[in-house]
Amino acid sequence: MHVLPYLIAAYVFVIGCYGLATSRNLIHAVGCLAVCQCATYILLLAVGYRDGATAPVFSDIQPGSRPVVDPVVQALTLTDIVVGATVTALLLALVVQISKRHGTVDPDELRELRG
Amino acid sequence: MHHLVPLLVAVPLLAAALLVAAGRHVPRPAAEGFGCLASATTAALAIVLLLNSSPPLVEWVGGWFPRGGESVGIMLVGDGAGLGMAALASLLTLAALAYSWRYFDEPPRGHAGSFPALMLLFQGGMCGFAIAGDLFDAFVFFELMSVVAYALTGYRIDEAKAVQGALTFGVVNSLGAYAMLMGIALLYARTGELAMTRIGHGLDTAAAGGGPDALSLAGFVLVVTGLLVKAAAVPFQFWLPDAHAVAPTPVCMLLSGVMVELGVYGVWRVHGTVFSGPGGVPAADFTRALVCLGVLTAAVGAVMCWYQRHIKRLLAFSTISHTGLFLVGIGALKAEADDGTALYVLGHAGVKAALFASAGILLDRYGTVDEFHLHGRARGLRGVGFMFALGALALAGLPPFGTGLGKAVSEEAVGGPLTVLYVAVSAITGAAVLRVTARVFYGLGPRPEEREGGERDEDKTSGCDAEPETRRRLTRVPDTMRAVAALLLAGAFAAGAAPGFAGVVAHSVDEAGSWGVFSSVHWTAAGVLLDLLSTALAVGLAALAVVRPRWLAAPDRALPLRRLQSGHVGDYVAWTLLGMALLGALVAVGGQAP
Repeated sequence: MHVLPYLIAAYVFVIGCYGLATSRNLIHAVGCLAVCQCATYILLLAVGYRDGATAPVFSDIQPGSRPVVDPVVQALTLTDIVVGATVTALLLALVVQISKRHGTVDPDELRELRG
Repeated sequence: MHHLVPLLVAVPLLAAALLVAAGRHVPRPAAEGFGCLASATTAALAIVLLLNSSPPLVEWVGGWFPRGGESVGIMLVGDGAGLGMAALASLLTLAALAYSWRYFDEPPRGHAGSFPALMLLFQGGMCGFAIAGDLFDAFVFFELMSVVAYALTGYRIDEAKAVQGALTFGVVNSLGAYAMLMGIALLYARTGELAMTRIGHGLDTAAAGGGPDALSLAGFVLVVTGLLVKAAAVPFQFWLPDAHAVAPTPVCMLLSGVMVELGVYGVWRVHGTVFSGPGGVPAADFTRALVCLGVLTAAVGAVMCWYQRHIKRLLAFSTISHTGLFLVGIGALKAEADDGTALYVLGHAGVKAALFASAGILLDRYGTVDEFHLHGRARGLRGVGFMFALGALALAGLPPFGTGLGKAVSEEAVGGPLTVLYVAVSAITGAAVLRVTARVFYGLGPRPEEREGGERDEDKTSGCDAEPETRRRLTRVPDTMRAVAALLLAGAFAAGAAPGFAGVVAHSVDEAGSWGVFSSVHWTAAGVLLDLLSTALAVGLAALAVVRPRWLAAPDRALPLRRLQSGHVGDYVAWTLLGMALLGALVAVGGQAP
C-alpha cells in the first residue's frame, strides 16, 4: 500500500482550508474551496488504485484477463466533479453580485452581518 | 408499494424541470399553482407511503438488485423515520409555496417558474436525503439540497446582505460536505461498500471484535462533521444566523423548520446503521461527543438568541439552541429519547415556521424586522400578534403543543442534570420571542435604548434596513399568509394534542431505529409540570425584560461571545476545522483507538 497519495489528499485539503481561512479575496476563497474538493478526488482515486492494474474499460481486454482499478470510485469522482462545478459556478455568481452590491470582494470589508 | 418510493424524488425534480422550461410562457398563477400541485402530490405520496411503511419499504432503483449478496445498485429505504422526514419536508414546502402565493416578489420578472422550481428542487433534495439508503447517494442529495438552499438564500440578488449571507452559507456548508465525502471514501476503502447497513457489517467484520481503529474513527468524524455543519452545532453554527437573517421568509421556514433538522436526522441515521455495531463507535464515546456538543450548542444558541434585536436572527438562534437539544436527545442512545426528539422536531418545525411566517408579515407590512424600531407599531395586527405569542409559548413548551410533548418525553428519557438544560433553553428562547411580542405587538414597556453598556454599533445586526419581499409594502395582510401561519401552529398543536399521534410517531421511529424495543409515549404528570414550569419561567423572564429592560440586558458579559459571530467567512472556516478537531478529540478520548 502506498501512503503518499493519502498524505497528499490530506495535505491538499488542509492547504485549501488554510487558503479559505486567510483569504483576502472572495474569488480566491472560492478557488480554495475547489482545492479542498480536489483532495476528495485524490482520495477517491487512491482508494481504488491497484498495482499493475489497467483502466476498467473492457472494449479491448477480456474481463478477468488482467486486474483493473475500481470503477466505483471513478464513478463517484465523476459525480463529485459535477457537484463541484455546480457549487463553484453558483458561488462565483454570488461573488459577482457581492462585488456589485458591496463594491468589494475583500471578506475583511464585509462585516454587515455580525453579533 | 415500494416501487413508489423513488417518486418522492422524481416528482418534484421533474416538475421543477418543467417549470424551468415552460416558466417563461405561463402566467404567474399557473406556474405557482403547478408548483403547489406537485409539492402537494409529493406530500400526499409521502404520507400514503408512511402509513404503509411497516415493515420498511426497500427499493433498488432501476432494478439493480443485489446478486449473491453483492450489489452495485442504489438502495432507497422507506422506513418510518425517513418517510416521516420526507413528509415533513414536503408539507413545509407546500406551506412555504402557499405563503409566497402571488405576494412574494420575484426579481427575474418574466420568469414566473423560477422560484417554485427552486423550491421543488429543494423539496426533492430533502426527500432524497431522507430516504437514501446508501451513503454516497445521501451525499449527492445532501449537496443538491445545499446548493439549492444557497441559491434560495441569495434569491434576492439585489440585496447586499442576502448575497453575503448566501456566500457564507455556501462556503461553510460545502466545506462540510467535502469533509463528509472524504469520510465516505475512507469508509469505502475499509469495507468496499456504500450501502449504509453493509458498511456497518463491513466495519464489524473488519474490527473482528477488537473495536474500531483510527481509520474508522476518522471516517466517522469526517462524515459527522459534514452533517453537524448542516445541523448548525457549535462551533459549526456561524453560517446559520447569517443565512436565516437574509433569506426570503418562505425559505427561512424551510431552512429552520426542516433542513437543519435533516442534519440531526443524518447523524442519527448514520450512527444507527453504520456505527452502532462493535466495529463502529463505542456508545459511550458517541454519547460523550453528541451530548457535549449538544449542551454547548443549546447554551450558546439561547444566550445569543436573548441578545438579538433583528427578529429573524433571533428566531435563527433559537433554532440553533433547539438543535442542541435534539443532538442531546439522539446522543442519549435511548429509544424513548429518539421518540421524544422526533416529536420535538415535528412540533418545532410547525412552531418555528409559523413564527417565521409572522415575522415575514411584519417585514412586508412595515419594512423592518427590528424589535426596537417596531416598538408598538404592530398594534393593529391583532391576529398575527396572537399567533406570535402562541408560538412563543409553544417554543417554551406549553402543553399540549408538540414541542411540549417532545420536550417532556426527551427530558424524561435523558434525565438527570440535563433536564435543567431542557427547561432553561425552552424558557430563554420562549422568553426572547415573548419579549418581542410584548414590545412589537402590544407596545408594552419603555422603548429600548439603541445602545446598551459597552456595546458598539458594529457588535450587532439591526433589522431596520431590510427590504420588504412583496412588490410594494403591504397595506393589509393577505389571507394566505395568515392562514399558513395559523395552520402551521395548528399542526404543532395537533402533534401534541391529537390522541394516538405520539404513539404512531414513536412506533415508526422505534421500528426504524436500531434498539429493537417499542416504547410507549404519552403525557406524564412530571412532564406536564416541567413544561408548565418552563412556560412560567419564559413569561416571567419576558415580563422582567419588558418592564425593566436594564436588569436583563447586561450585554457586556455576552459581548465576547457575540463578537465571535464576526461575519467573516475565513473565521467561520477556521471554527469549522477547530470543531472537527474537537469532535475527533471527544470521540477518541475514550482510549479505544490503538
